[in-house]
Amino acid sequence: MTGFALSPDHRPRLKRGVKLARDAARNTDILNAPERIVVLDEIAAEILKSCDGNNSIAMIAASLAAAHAEDEAVVCADVMELLSDLVAQGFVE
Amino acid sequence: MSTLPPPMGLLAELTHRCPLQCPYCSNPLELKRASEELDTASWQRVFGEAARLGILQLHLSGGEPAARADLETLVASASAAGLYTNLITSGLMLDESRIRALAAAGLDHVQLSFQDVDATGADHVSGLKGSLARKLAFAGHVRDAGLALTVNAVVHRQNIARVPQIIALALALEAGRLEIAHVQYYGWAFANRDALLPARAEVDEATAIVTAAREQLKGRLVIDYVTPDWYGARPKPCMGGWGRQVMVVTPNGEVWPCHAASTIPGLIFDNVRAKPLAEIWQHNHAFNAFRGTQWMTEPCQGCEHAERDWGGCRCQALALTGNAAATDPVCELSPAHGALAEMARDAATASPPPFRYRRIGG
Ligand code: SF4
Ligand code: SF4
Repeated sequence: MTGFALSPDHRPRLKRGVKLARDAARNTDILNAPERIVVLDEIAAEILKSCDGNNSIAMIAASLAAAHAEDEAVVCADVMELLSDLVAQGFVE
Repeated sequence: MSTLPPPMGLLAELTHRCPLQCPYCSNPLELKRASEELDTASWQRVFGEAARLGILQLHLSGGEPAARADLETLVASASAAGLYTNLITSGLMLDESRIRALAAAGLDHVQLSFQDVDATGADHVSGLKGSLARKLAFAGHVRDAGLALTVNAVVHRQNIARVPQIIALALALEAGRLEIAHVQYYGWAFANRDALLPARAEVDEATAIVTAAREQLKGRLVIDYVTPDWYGARPKPCMGGWGRQVMVVTPNGEVWPCHAASTIPGLIFDNVRAKPLAEIWQHNHAFNAFRGTQWMTEPCQGCEHAERDWGGCRCQALALTGNAAATDPVCELSPAHGALAEMARDAATASPPPFRYRRIGG
């Protein structure tokens, strides 16, 4: 995916019409969007729950790193990669 | 069949009533009247059954779904059941206060159809004067209500030259998504093919324009593009595969694997008035008739693409070969592919006859 350059200060949020949901029948978290459904793994779901337009990418990465006892820089790079992909596909802005 | 995966989507055709008369409508040629429609409570029950079955997205369609006075109530029930709710509309029967009420009821997304970006062309296709200006106003109300918008444009011979203007319109209306769909030639569109099918060169040009715009607008506008079947070399998977992802409920409660399934003789349909959705999904005759790959004939039987395109469209196979279990003639491996290519050439070079408009009882 051609990445979208995001800054760690960016405060991501789901685009209009994009919604996190629980798919009980298949026991997974998903993103519902117009004519599209994305199955999320646990980490992606955790990240997207924090994408409320208030938290910056740096803040999201910091709390994730703390919760999982991981290196913050590494986590931040992973979060950026996921989000720039989702921005390119029109799920996140 | 106990491991059958549940469906993902429910297409609820709430009504066949519609203020427009598009000659490529996907509704069956025989349209249901208002007195035959399911009542509010029945639809509400169906939405609950759908959510429990594992359906994630509900598409409220028609006809024009807003022709139902209880649309707001239905949206509220669907949303409460946990369904992602999408309204597919012409935008002509919803004023500002109704669209606000729908947003408050939990509507997630609006798909607005445009017959053309040119006012005269739009009137000609839809059979209604002044429709374009009213749609533009409606799109503004959708945006102001905070709802996500998809612009849907069906393209054919008489508007294909305006694809760039269609893209510009979607941007101007701040749509998040644009769907440019070539007419698919079954049902009403098959009857109107000589007036609708563009020439291959026109299709190629439109495809190039869309491909470039999609790349350039990435992150800003999602563009989905449905190519015209008849110029393809491989068919599209029907609704993601027959009986694999989608259930269609008709205005009077019949459940179909696809919106053209009633054109296939011999299929037995069930009605939500008599049976729960889950039972219909598992056991209904029509759903099982073309599910999987067992039913396939040569060259689909044993073909390496069988689980990718599922042999293409059953309704099209029937319309063009007389056998619903035949390979979709869009596939170049089908013995009927040559005849289809010839029919496409004839249709695209015919001088366009007047449209045969979609009308109830007409
Ligand atoms: S069988 Fe054909 S008409 Fe029916 S949904 Fe599939 S592709 Fe469409
Ligand atoms: S032969 Fe059948 S399965 Fe194979 S590509 Fe053609 S339509 Fe698909």
